[in-house]
Formats: sequence, C-alpha cells, structure tokens
Amino acid sequence: MVCEMETDQTEEMDIEVLSSMWPEDVGGTQADNNQFNVEKPAGDSDTLKEVDIAEKRTMADLKRLPELMNTTDQGSSQLTNLVKQWEYMQDHAVKLLREELKILTKQREEAEAKELKIIEEHNFETQEPENVPVLDDTSHLLRRFKHTKRDALVGSKRVEIDEEFDTVAYWKQKALSLEKMLEASTERERRLIEKLNESLKTMESHSAPVEELTQNLKRAEGFLHFILQNAPIVMGHQDKDLRYLFIYNKFPTLREQDILGKTDVEIFHGGGVKESEDFKREVLEKGKASKREITFETDLFGSKTFLIYVEPVYNKAREKIGINYMGMEVTDQVRKREKMAKLREDNAVRKAMESELNKTIHITEETMRAKQMLATMSHEIRSPLSGVVGMAEILSTTRLDKEQRQLLNVMISSGDLVLQLINDILDLSKVESGVMRLEATKFRPREVVKHVLQTAAASLKKDLTLEGNITDEVPIEVVGDVLRIRQILTNLISNAIKFTHEGKVGIKLKVISQPSFASEEQNGLTETETSVWIRCDVYDTGIGIPENALPCLFKKYMQASADHARKYGGTGLGLAICKQLVELMGGQLTVTSQVNAGSTFTFILPYKVATSDDHSDDQDFSDMVDHHQAEPDDTTEGYFQFKPLLGTIYSNGGPVIGNSNFLPHKVMLTSPLKIINGFVADTSNNTGQSETAQVENGCGYMDETCSGQRPESVNQYENGTCPSKETESCSSSSQASSEGGALEMESDLTVSSKQPKLLLVEDNKINIMVAKSMMKQLGYTFDIANNGVEAITAIKDTSYDLVLMDVCMPVLDGLKATRLIRSYEESGNWDAAIEAGVDIKTSENDVHSTNRLPIIAMTANTLAESSEECYANGMDSFISKPVTLQKLKECLRQYLH
Amino acid sequence: MELVQMQKSLQDYTKSLFLEGVLDSQFLQLQQLQDESNPDFVSQVVTLFFQDSDRILNDLSLSLDQQVVDFKKVDPHVHQLKGSSSSIGAQRVKNACVVFRTFCEQQNVEGCHRCLQQVKQEYYLVKNRLETLFKLEQQIVASGGVIPAMELGF
Repeated sequence: MVCEMETDQTEEMDIEVLSSMWPEDVGGTQADNNQFNVEKPAGDSDTLKEVDIAEKRTMADLKRLPELMNTTDQGSSQLTNLVKQWEYMQDHAVKLLREELKILTKQREEAEAKELKIIEEHNFETQEPENVPVLDDTSHLLRRFKHTKRDALVGSKRVEIDEEFDTVAYWKQKALSLEKMLEASTERERRLIEKLNESLKTMESHSAPVEELTQNLKRAEGFLHFILQNAPIVMGHQDKDLRYLFIYNKFPTLREQDILGKTDVEIFHGGGVKESEDFKREVLEKGKASKREITFETDLFGSKTFLIYVEPVYNKAREKIGINYMGMEVTDQVRKREKMAKLREDNAVRKAMESELNKTIHITEETMRAKQMLATMSHEIRSPLSGVVGMAEILSTTRLDKEQRQLLNVMISSGDLVLQLINDILDLSKVESGVMRLEATKFRPREVVKHVLQTAAASLKKDLTLEGNITDEVPIEVVGDVLRIRQILTNLISNAIKFTHEGKVGIKLKVISQPSFASEEQNGLTETETSVWIRCDVYDTGIGIPENALPCLFKKYMQASADHARKYGGTGLGLAICKQLVELMGGQLTVTSQVNAGSTFTFILPYKVATSDDHSDDQDFSDMVDHHQAEPDDTTEGYFQFKPLLGTIYSNGGPVIGNSNFLPHKVMLTSPLKIINGFVADTSNNTGQSETAQVENGCGYMDETCSGQRPESVNQYENGTCPSKETESCSSSSQASSEGGALEMESDLTVSSKQPKLLLVEDNKINIMVAKSMMKQLGYTFDIANNGVEAITAIKDTSYDLVLMDVCMPVLDGLKATRLIRSYEESGNWDAAIEAGVDIKTSENDVHSTNRLPIIAMTANTLAESSEECYANGMDSFISKPVTLQKLKECLRQYLH
Repeated sequence: MELVQMQKSLQDYTKSLFLEGVLDSQFLQLQQLQDESNPDFVSQVVTLFFQDSDRILNDLSLSLDQQVVDFKKVDPHVHQLKGSSSSIGAQRVKNACVVFRTFCEQQNVEGCHRCLQQVKQEYYLVKNRLETLFKLEQQIVASGGVIPAMELGF
C-alpha cells in the first residue's frame, strides 16, 4: 500500500514537472501523433524503445538533410568528427589485435621450443604420423612449423638407429609416454590455431567502417532524442527566405507538410509571430547569433513565451544559407520573474510610501507640537501682557502731563495690538489643532448684523457710512455658532473700515441655493433637518486689492503688500482666521476686488433653520444680546444705516455738546427715535452695549479717547458695558458726580456707601482663602458657593451684584451654571436648571430679577477653559488664574460702580 | 544668632526659593495679603495647602493603584492640586500637575504614575522649604525681630 502510494506520488510529481510545452489535449486529435506525446517520465522507460520512438518523431526533410549536412560547415564537421572517432576506434582495435597476435606468437614459440627440448632430451625417434587433421597446409606458419618438425625428426631417427642397446619392452613403454605427450602438444597447438582463426575472423568483421559509422550516428541521434524529447524545446532550420527546412518537436497538431517549406507568418497568426520573424531576419542579415525572449499570442497555443536562439548558417563558401533556430518555452519562468519584479516593485513602492508616511507623521507631530507650544506660549504671554495693558490703562486715569499721556497712549495701543495678535494666534492654533468647538445656538441674523455695525460705528473715526441689508427671505432665527459668525463679521468689517477712507462699508445677507462645493456632504446637517444657505457680502469702497495679491490674502501673517502692512498695521491673521472659521463651519470665503474701487468679501454658510418650539438653554445667548428691547419690527427689519456725524467727540475731544451727541453716530433705524431715546432718556438698558464687552473684551477704546475729559455722561456711556448696573448707578446722582476724577476711583470702591454683594463660586479651599483675603484687602466681603448648584441656589435667594465663577468645578461647572443663570434671567423661571437636575425649591421670597448679573469667569488658562468659551456661555469677562490682587481690583473696578 | 543675620539669611533663603523656581510671584501675593489684622495668613494658607495636598496625593495614589484606573476620578484631583499650588505659588508642583493632566487626558497609566512621583517629589520639596522658611520666621519673631518684607520684582 505504502509502495503504491509512493509510486503514485512520484508519478504525479513527475508529470507535474514535465508538463508539456504544448497543451496535452491537442495531441489526442490526431492518432498518428498520439504516440509522440510522451507523458511518461524518461527514467523508468526502456531507453532503446524511446530512441526508436524518438527516431520517428524527427520530422526531417530526408532528402534535404544530407544535402544540408554536406553543404554546411556544421554538417561536415559532424561527419568529420564521426569519421575521426571511427578511425580512432579502428586504430585502437588494430593495436589491440596486434598485441594479441604478439602474445600468441610468443606462446607458440615457447611451445615449439619446449617440444624441441623434449625431443632432444629423449633423443627419440618415432614414426611421426602425419595425422594432424586441423592443420591447414595453406598456413605459412604451419608449414614452417612442419619443416622444423621434419628436420628434427630426421635428426632424432638417425640417433635412435645408432643407439639400439636396450630392451624392446623398455622402449615400447617410453615410446607410449612420448606419444601421449605429443598428442597433448598437438592438441594445444590445435587450440591455439583455432583461437588465431577466430581472431582473424573478428578482424574481418571489424573491417566494415560504414556499418560502424551508421551505428555511431544512430547512437548519437538516439542520445539527442533521449535528451530532448521531453524538453520544452523546439528546433528548426530555415533557409534564407525563412522557410522551414527542418523542424524538431513541432506543435503536435501541425503536420509536416503544414510546416516545411513555409515561413512562420504563413503558419501562425497572432502576437509575436511577426516579431520572431523580424528577429530571425535581423540575425540573418547581421550574421551574428543572438537570443531574444518573445511572447507569442496565437490562436493555436495561446499565450506562451519563448526564449529564442537564432544563429546564421553558412555554407563552405561562407555564404549565408539560412538560420538555425531553437526556442525554449519559458512562460512560467517569465511569469515568475514578472511576479517577482512586481513584488519587488510593490515592495519598493510600499517602502517608499512607508518612509513618506513616517516623514509626514513626523512633520505633523512636529507641527502639532509647535502649535501646542504656540498656544501655550500665547497664553503665557497674554496674562502678563493683560496686566501690563491694564496697569497702563489705570495709569492713564491718573494725573499726567501731556508728554506722559502721549507716551502712555502709545504704550496702550501697542499693548492692545500685541494682545490682539496673541488672541489671533490662539484662535488660529485652536482651529488648526481641532480644539475649536462649534456651538449651535439660535440667533437672529438681522440683530447680529446690526450689532456688528453698531459696534463698528461706535469706534469709527472716519467719515464713512455703514449699512446693513438683509433680504426678506432670510429667516428671522437660525441656528449656528453666533460667536464665530460675529467674529468673522466683525473682523471683515473692521478690515473693510481700515482700508476705506471714504464712501461706505456694508453687509448684505441673502439666501442662496445650496452651493456646488457642499453638494457631497451636508456638513453635518442631515437631510431631515431644514438647512438654509446664507450668503453674506461684506463690501467697501476702499482702496481695493490688486489681483496678484489675492492668492496670498488668506494666508497667515500676510498682507497685500509690505507697504500696506506698514501703512495700516495689523497682524495679518484676521483673514486667515476668518477663512478657517468659515471652512470649519462648512462654508466658503471668497473675495472679489478692484483696485481703488473697493472689495467684497463673501462667505457662504449653512445654517439650520430654528424651529419655534426649540427652546434649548443655548437660547439665552442670542437673546441676551438685546432681549430687553425686542421691538417687534426690529426682528424683521432688513435695512440699517449708520451715518457719520460731523463734530463728534472724536474729532476734537472738545466740550460736551449734549447727551445725544455722545453717540458717535446717529442710529438710523425705521424707528430711530426709539433707539436714540434709549440713550437720551436712559429708560432702559442701552441697545446691545453688553455685546461690546463680549466682542471687544472691555471698553478700552473709550478709555483711550475720553480719558482727557470725564464728563459724567461719558462715564455713563462707559458704564453701558454693564447694563444691569447702569440703572442703579445712574439713578444715584451722588455716585455719578463723585466719579468725575479717576483718582478717587479706588477710594470710591472702598468707601462705597452701599456694600455690593458678591458671590465667589469656587471649590478649592485654598483658592477661596486667598481670594477672601484679597477681597478683604480691597474692602469687600463675599458669599461662597462650592459648585454650580450651590451658586444657583445662592443666586436664587440673594440679589448679587457680581459673581466670580470658577470654570472647572465638581457637580456643576461654571459654564453650565452660567448658562442656567442666563436662562433664568431670560425666562424668569428656573425651569432650565430644574431640567438640568438642579434641585431648586422655589419659594415666594425669591428675588426675581431680569437684570443681567455680571458673571466673571476664573479660568486656568488652558485651551479647554478659553475665554471664547466663557463668552459663548454667557460670561461677561474672565480673570486668569492664579488670581492676583491686581486682576481682582481691576475687575471689580470695571463691574462695580 | 544675630537678629540681623537671621533676617539676612531669611531673605537669602526666600530669594533662593524663587531662583530655584520652587515659588513664584503668587507667593508674594500671599505675603502682601498678610498684615496686622491677619498676621499668620501665609502660614495658614500654606498649612491648609499641606493638609489638602496630603489628602489629594493619598487619593491619587489609591486611584492610580486600582486595577482599572478611573481617569474621571484622577483628573479632578490633579486639577484641584494644580489650582491650589498655583494659588500659593508653588510653581514646580503646578508645572508637574500640568504635565500630569495631559497624561490623564491620554489615559496613560504609566505616564500618570511617573507624574505622580514627580508631583510628590516637588510637593515634598516645597513643603520642606516652606517649613524651613516658617521656622526661620518664627525664630526671628521669637527673638523680637520683624520679618523683612520681600521686595517685589526680583
């Protein structure tokens, strides 16, 4: 069983190895060719038989082959070789025979000598009967021997006759024994002669050279077939017209007559045939043997690759008469080789990609690290710098001479610039490092536009008209990141104002269909939500941007030209931030411009349309902007204009003209009186001035411009940054008058008749202790809440003037708590807080105040606790930790009078 | 020891703490807050800090030794420690906490363990230094001297 299996295996293996060059099934179609498809391994079959078969396989033009053999060098050399070999073998045989002959001769001589000796010894003469039957008279050698023998016999006879002295019996005996010896000798002689004859006979048979030669040839041919029969090799000879004269191991279905006398092109069709023919011709022409790999793609045998060797054939006169051609099928090898090459290539590509990837990863890591570093550095720089600027601002409120004031103003504006730059860098690095999170809040686009323009108008020092235009189809409320949108608008507007000296700057809002760049992904908006695309144009009639400067306009730290940078200042980061923010929100920011005619910056953003029942706690922010004076017609108003007013306090800083003139520009609305009244009569909070604090982070510009004179009404305006307090401060005229001079500011704080109620929300005992001590030194006391929930409970029960709120706290963090407090201010109930899980017991003596409570964040200066986030959650300002006396004092000064 | 000498060495010692970065300007804030009405303010705050930090470090060690580290528990502790160390001006503790928090964010247990060691080391350093400082101050007060005010701005 085991044996059987083994043989099976070997057979299988062998077949596999010896798979024929030609397809195996082809052979079956022709009976006479069947036998040529040798599938059996050569090793286990009879060599002789194989040779016979192989002989038949040879397909040769037998008439021409000998001719070819005779006319070509190769042919004759083969014959010469064979003849030489035969001659050599003959020589060898002759030599051997001669040696044998020599030995025989020697033996015979020895025998003769021995016989003579015997005869001599016994001196005996006998009647020698001439009865050697085998002796051949014709043989010269025998004759000679006979003669010698006769001579000897004569001699011995004579001696015997002479010496007759013994008895007859004795002699008789002697004669008998001698006769026996003679017989033995004769016998030996006869055998030798026989042998000699045999040798002669063999010699005769060897003497037929043609027969020998044929046999040798047969053997050589047999050897060739034996070697080649299974090899994937095809051989042939073609004449100089490339017609086959001879072919070995042709394709099995072709008959001899199909091939002989024809060219490749006539026999085969398909790819590679022409190439091989051309190659053969080339070799023929050049007269130099050559090799080439050709892939055939024929109908006959499919796709096969052959390594072809072609050599030219010359006749004896050195004329070309054709080519010899040998092809070896190397399809598998070529395939393997190509596979290997491909693998190697793939490998190389993969390696290259890998290293490229590693490089990219490395660069990315480096970049991230650099950005993180930048962010950290910026934070680290910002806090001391705010200290410097803040101190300088306080210093500017003291009595200074003119020169000192000038120096200080330079100092403050430079400080502000650096702060702005750092804020920009922070924003940018936040967007780039993906830390920037977008908030989805409900807001009113009209209000946003109006407030941005209002804010811009407030600090406007040029003779420009600011206008806003919103088409009717823009929804009243949409959902988006209002803070970022406002930031973009403010940035673009201030940019426009910066580069415009006369004419107007405006914002245009309209609804557009979904732009093509957003067709694939909906920027996070799913199909079920109604989204609207709003196009916002910020246009100006300014100096414009040359076309060649447009491409680098949105790049970081780039301005249209170095000249502009010098003339207009700025960080060059603003537009880059705008672009990044817009893209972060899934929109697009573009620009068109004409030199000396103006520029238009356009950004397209998707917004969710706010549904009326969607009252989330995010709502407070958009509404807090100016919910106190939400006039019904204001929400749908689509056009605002802010026109410059000559003779404002900015132009000369001169005397106070009148209450209505403190506003740098008249606010032109459909019901302008109402708004202006808002300022004049001071009946309610100022229109959206709280926003100034948010966007501008303080009201430094007023300090700058109005520090010279401090009429009480200006002070009043400044206090507008903190609307909830304003009513209070304005109603007490004594307080207002006492604020005439900045020097009394600190004493104001400490000796204030009415002790303000403060709340510190902080979980860290040490921080509480430190803050408490600082407050004490500043002359304040405060209540303490340890987390957001406690803060809400405290605010519910007590009316506070200011809250200092830690951002990161257990139970409920500062941001959430602030949102809930804002929601309460908006709605007048704590429903949102209760919904959020804060346990609130409402009682009748609850203080209900819709006044906006100033909430100051205390942040730890990390990316997660950014000032933007504080603002976005409804906080009014922030103090970076650790809290210092100076920071605290400054903050209280700003919010408590 | 001579009183003047003691005062001098206290000043030098305090200065060295700042130069080594063990303390930063926030500590000066504390000293500023200390006045007649509150003569032991600094040592009170610092003692509170020690008590608080001992507890936090203990909690941190326990949390980090758990089979499965709950980073939601670890991070607030580090935040707390960072806040208080920053408040008293223990700069090196604070800096170590900043690194600690980044590892918390990455949920890197190994890194957290290393950071805890670092924080502890810095904490014991500042604790040791501050205790020495208070001892010096007490000696000066006991000898009837006045603790010299640190000038701002070195």
